[in-house]
Amino acid sequence: MASKVIHAFYDDDDVLMLAVKKVKAAKLHIEEVYCPFPVHGLDKAMGLAPTRLAITAFLYGLVGLTVATLMMNYIMIEDWPQDIGGKPSFSYLENLPAFVPIMFELTVFFAAHLMVITFYLRSRLWPFKEAENPDVRTTDDHFLMEIEIHDNEQELRDLLMNTGAVEINISEKNSH
Amino acid sequence: MYTFSNRLKIASIVLMIIGLLGIIGGFVMAPGTIAEAKEMVASHDGGHGEAHAAEAEHVTKESDHAVAESHGEEHDASHDQHLLDQLKNRPWAALYVAAFFFMMISLGVLAFYAIQRAAQAGWSPLLFRVMEGITSYLVPGGIIVFVILLLSVLHMNHLFIWMDADVVAHDALLQGKSGYLNPTFFLIRAAIFLAGWIGYREYSRKLSIAQDESDDNSNFKLNFRISAGFLVFYLISESIMSWDWIMSVEPHWFSTLFGWYIFASMFVSGITVIAMVTVYLKSKGHLPDVNDSHIHDLAKFMFGISIFWTYLWFSQFMLIWYSNIPEEVTYYVTRIADYRLPFFGMVAMNFLFPVLLLMNSDYKRINWFVILTGIVILAGHYMDIFNAIMPSTVGKNWYIGIPEIGSVLFFAGLFIFWIFRALSTQPLQPKRNPFIEESRHFHY
Repeated sequence: MASKVIHAFYDDDDVLMLAVKKVKAAKLHIEEVYCPFPVHGLDKAMGLAPTRLAITAFLYGLVGLTVATLMMNYIMIEDWPQDIGGKPSFSYLENLPAFVPIMFELTVFFAAHLMVITFYLRSRLWPFKEAENPDVRTTDDHFLMEIEIHDNEQELRDLLMNTGAVEINISEKNSH
Repeated sequence: MYTFSNRLKIASIVLMIIGLLGIIGGFVMAPGTIAEAKEMVASHDGGHGEAHAAEAEHVTKESDHAVAESHGEEHDASHDQHLLDQLKNRPWAALYVAAFFFMMISLGVLAFYAIQRAAQAGWSPLLFRVMEGITSYLVPGGIIVFVILLLSVLHMNHLFIWMDADVVAHDALLQGKSGYLNPTFFLIRAAIFLAGWIGYREYSRKLSIAQDESDDNSNFKLNFRISAGFLVFYLISESIMSWDWIMSVEPHWFSTLFGWYIFASMFVSGITVIAMVTVYLKSKGHLPDVNDSHIHDLAKFMFGISIFWTYLWFSQFMLIWYSNIPEEVTYYVTRIADYRLPFFGMVAMNFLFPVLLLMNSDYKRINWFVILTGIVILAGHYMDIFNAIMPSTVGKNWYIGIPEIGSVLFFAGLFIFWIFRALSTQPLQPKRNPFIEESRHFHY
């Protein structure tokens, strides 16, 4: 279903932050804000729910730790027992110090890579995807606030103009 | 203006008195003769024979105390003398560990303070007076450690066996090190380090207070310069201090990252105490401008430096474990054989606890959570120093008993008394620090 949205452009992140606060104070729902760089505190001002990416990072780290333990146990102890540093104990626990760097590295590796992949999936990003941002200037020096219009176009226009917008456009948007 | 409340003052004095009784008790209970020593061990272990059998496995450790311990017929006699020496060492070692631990906290805070000054950090000026209060303990704490070292040099105890001329005469390795490791040079180094640390502390504090009443930033700029200079001095002196005051209790053994390892321990303990004192003062209605973000930042440091400490602990351990060279590996053989619980318990307290409790961002802002983790971290780093000193001075006759707890209580009391008295002498908030506005609005 196509809906009408209003696009307000800003050329300064501080002005944008104030504008977001004013719009929120007027009890309006902000659809999205497009920025050329991350603006500190914008998520809180917009009232977005806190990210759960940190929880997934912890879980992915645990997966990495488990994979490292099972892998090193299979390679070094079970499949082809190795004499580690002149200590042929063939026991995972007794040779643990030699495996700690690998356990650490794989914990970090799994947490980092799976977290990036999760982030891409969650943001619906994949190679050759068409960009979602409605105006190319948001990749350069402009910030864009998008608000859905529900028969209150003039009202919104006035409000946004007062918040210091440098340009205001109305456009049709296909909801995904 | 903070006033040292009577309740806290009385509590700290009570701690000191109880602690002093414990210290005296420890010295009184130490055996005077070999017969007494044997009796004590027998009543503790339920039979000396058992302990002796276990001994055979860990002969390597004995050879550290190179008092010509051959394993022939003279073994029993020299072993008994050795046992007596270790039991006599225990109250001294307990005193030394606690004295060093609390001195180390204030030295760690001093390093943190100097880094904030040299980095011209914007978030921390609100906490400068708290840090200055904690570093004030460096004067009594440093002097007490120096006195204990001086008494060691005067042969009042046997904490440092390389100070014993007889031992050195029979030990080629110690003879080779005697150009550096001799009592005179040892005391000169200690005096220079303490003078440098205390000198910087007093001068920087003076400039910090003068800045409040000043009408330009000259004091602030001068403080910045001397802090940067001090950090160079500190890194060198702290490293040498850790070799001298801790590593040399085991004079055959050496580790090249030991200075960093002790630094990590003092840094994290110091930051923890800053956080705890700040939370305490805030709970009493002081420091109104300190917000959760300041506590959050301190907790981040507690979390990060705890991991840094573990990294160094493990790096030191793994290289020695892997290469398995006899003269290096004795250090860990002793600790794992005789100190299994404190040695591995310390890793749980210094690593697992802070990592799991402080990982969540929100928990770093909950004050009682920070205090709880802080108590575990401080206990863990006390164990760290305990594990560094005790195995080489009292061997397997260790116990957390009256001498150890008494010493900790005494120095905790003195520490609390001294730092809160220092905190009450000046306003808790610097007035004219150029970054005070930034610190006040600090927001994570």
